[in-house]
Amino acid sequence: MHDEKRMLLSGDEAIALAAWHTGVALGTGYPGTPSTEILENFSKLGGSAQWSPNEKVALEVGIGAAFGGARAMVTMKHVGLNVASDPLFTVAYTGVTGALVIVSADDPGMHSSQNEQDNRHYAVAAGVPMLEPSDSQEAYDFMRAAVEISERWNIPVLLRATTRVCHSYTVVRPQAERETPKAAHFARDLKGRVMVPAYARPAHRRLRQKLAEIAAWNETCPLNQAVPGGKALGIIASGISFMHAREAAPEAALLKLGFTHPLPLRKIQEFAAGVERCLVIEEGDPYLVEAIRAAGISVGGKPEMYRFGELDVARVRRILREDTSPEPAPPPGKPPQLCDACSYRIVFDALHRLNCIVAGDIGCYTLGALKPYEAMDSCVCMGASVGVGLGLRRVLPPEQACRVVSVIGDSTFIHSGISGLVEMAYNPPPGGHVVIILDNSTTAMTGHQEHPGTGRNLRHEPAGKLVLEDMARACGIRRVQVIEPRAGSDAFEHALSGALKSRQLAVLIARRPCVLIAKDLKEYEKRCQCQETGEPCPAAV
Amino acid sequence: MKNAANARKPENPARPPCNIVVAGLGGQGVLTATDIIAEVALRAGLDVKKSEIKGMSQRGGSVTCDVRFGAHIHSPMVPVGEADFLLALESSQLEPTRHLLRPGGLTIEPSAIDADKLPQKKMLNVALLGALSAHLPMAEEEWLAAIGDAFAPKFLEENRRAFLLGRAAQEKSPHASPA
Repeated sequence: MHDEKRMLLSGDEAIALAAWHTGVALGTGYPGTPSTEILENFSKLGGSAQWSPNEKVALEVGIGAAFGGARAMVTMKHVGLNVASDPLFTVAYTGVTGALVIVSADDPGMHSSQNEQDNRHYAVAAGVPMLEPSDSQEAYDFMRAAVEISERWNIPVLLRATTRVCHSYTVVRPQAERETPKAAHFARDLKGRVMVPAYARPAHRRLRQKLAEIAAWNETCPLNQAVPGGKALGIIASGISFMHAREAAPEAALLKLGFTHPLPLRKIQEFAAGVERCLVIEEGDPYLVEAIRAAGISVGGKPEMYRFGELDVARVRRILREDTSPEPAPPPGKPPQLCDACSYRIVFDALHRLNCIVAGDIGCYTLGALKPYEAMDSCVCMGASVGVGLGLRRVLPPEQACRVVSVIGDSTFIHSGISGLVEMAYNPPPGGHVVIILDNSTTAMTGHQEHPGTGRNLRHEPAGKLVLEDMARACGIRRVQVIEPRAGSDAFEHALSGALKSRQLAVLIARRPCVLIAKDLKEYEKRCQCQETGEPCPAAV
Repeated sequence: MKNAANARKPENPARPPCNIVVAGLGGQGVLTATDIIAEVALRAGLDVKKSEIKGMSQRGGSVTCDVRFGAHIHSPMVPVGEADFLLALESSQLEPTRHLLRPGGLTIEPSAIDADKLPQKKMLNVALLGALSAHLPMAEEEWLAAIGDAFAPKFLEENRRAFLLGRAAQEKSPHASPA
C-alpha cells in the first residue's frame, strides 16, 4: 500500500534530502523564511550543517569547503544573498574545485520579508548558472543536478526557489542511494584563487568562456521540458509559474525552463516560432521576457500590475485574457502580534510612553510597529537599526535627536549589528545614542534557531558563546546594562529613561528567553550538563 | 464508503482535483490537520499537493493551508472560488476565507462539533477532520492510521474518539452548513 519511495516532502525537505544523497559534506546558512528548514532537515538526515552568524560568512565557509574539493551547500532567503553577494561575485571568477550550490529562497508576495526582490538577477549579475525548480520532485532533482553542474564546470550554481516551492509539499520519488564524493584535498591554485587584478582579469574571461559552454549545453539539457499542446497558444514559464500556467491553460503548449541562466535561446526561439501566440508567464520581475526579447524573439509578457505579489491560477488566467481590471482585494484576516507573555511588550510599552523615535530591525519585534504600540519608525534590513539611528541622531534638531533609539534582536545584532556598534563608538553622535538589544536567546521569527549568542549550535548542542555585553564593551561602549523586562516592574523604562538622559553611548540588553522555547531550553540545558559531566542524559529520550 | 455520492471521486483523471482549505489562527493546529489530510490522500495512492504559509503568521495571526489531491495536481494553491471544502478551526476565520469556497462547496466549522463531548478541547482539529472525512472517499482506517502517526501514542484513543465524534456528526447531517 504505502510505497516507501513515494514521499510527501516540502521543497526545503527535498533539497535537504538531495544534498544528503549527493554527499554534500557541509551545509551552511543563516535562518530566513522560507529557506530555514533546508539545513534543519539536512542535519536531521545526518548531514553536517551549521548556522553562521550571517549569510556572507556562510557563503565564505562554503567557498572554503568547495576550494578544498568537497561538495558544499549554502542556504539563505532572498535578502540573505544581498549580504552574501560580495563573495558571490568573486567566487564566480575563481570557480570551485568541489561543488558549491547556493540556495536562494525568494519570497514573492512578501509573506515574511521586507521586500520581494527577484534574485534571478543575481545569476546574471554575478555570472553563475541558475536552476529553478517548480515542485519538490524538481527541488530534489535540481539540487542533484546543481551539484553535477557545479563540479563539471567548476562553477558555483544558484538554486533559486520561492515560497510556494519551499513550503509546498508534493510527492517525491528519490533517486538512488547516497553517493560518496571524492575526498576533500587541498591542491594549490594560486592564480585561480587569488583575485588580485593580474589574476582576476583572466579569471573573468574564463568565467565568460564557461558560461558560453554551459549555454550551448543548456540547449539540449533535460532540465528544460516542452509540454506538447495546441498551436494557438504557447507559454514559456519557470518555477511555480509553470504549475499555475499548466492549470490555467491546459490546452496550451508549454516550454518549461528549469535551467534559466544562461538561457537556452535557440530552444526558446524554436518553441516561439511553432505557436501563433507566445507568452511568458513569470512571477516577479520581467526577467525571462526581457532576456528573450533582447535575443530578438518576439514574445508577450504580463501587464505591469502582475509584477507585484505572487502569481496563482486566477492571476495567470487574467494575464492570458489580458485583463487589467482591478483585482478583488482578499478580506482581511487577523494580523500577527507579539505573544501575550512576550517580554518585548514591556520594551515597546516603554518606547511608546517615552515617545521615542525608534530605528527598528528585522524579527518578531518588528511587530512592535503595529497597534497598540506603533513604537517603530523604520525597518530596512538586517542590522540597519543601529546605523539608521546614528544617522538620525546626526542630523535631527536636539529635541528630536535625544529621543532616537535603535532596537535590534539578539540574532540580528550578531548577524550585522555589531559593525553598527563599532560605528557608534567610532563616530559618536554629540548627544550620545541608545541601542536596545532584545535578547530572547533564540532566532524566534524563523522558528527558534540557535545563534552564536545562545551558546548552542544548530543541533542545540553546546558551542562557543558570544556574550553580548562583553561584545558591546569591546566595541567601546561604556554604559552597558542587562535588564530583565518584567510585567509590573518599571525597571526597564527607568533604565531607558536614564540612558537617554545621560547623553552617553549606551547599550541596554533586554534579556529574557522567548516564552515559546522555555520548555525546550530546560531540555537543552540538561543535555549540556550531561555532556560536560559525562553522565547518562535524562533529557535524551 | 459512506456518503460517497457527495464526494468527488479523485481517482477519476477526468475529474478536477479535490480542493480543501483549512483556516484558523496560529497555534490552533491548522498545519497538523492539513498534514493529516495530505497523508491520507498520499496513502490512497493519489497525487497530493499542500501549500502553507509560515513565518509572520505563526504569531497568532490568520493561517490558511491548502491541500489538493487527485490523479494529477499542478498548482499547490487552491484557486479562489474553487475550494470544495473549507475547514475552519475558528469561526472568526470563516469570513476572511469564505471567498475561497466554490458555489455549493461545504464549510465545516466548530459548531458542527459538540464541544462538551470532545475528550480534550485541543482535539477540535481532529474532530473536524472526522467531519470532513464523512464527505471523502478514503476509508476510516486510513484516517485513523494517519492521525495515529501525527500525535504521540498516548493520545491515540482520545484522538480516535474525537475523530469519530466529528465523523458521526456529519454522517447524521451531511449538509449541516452548505455555503
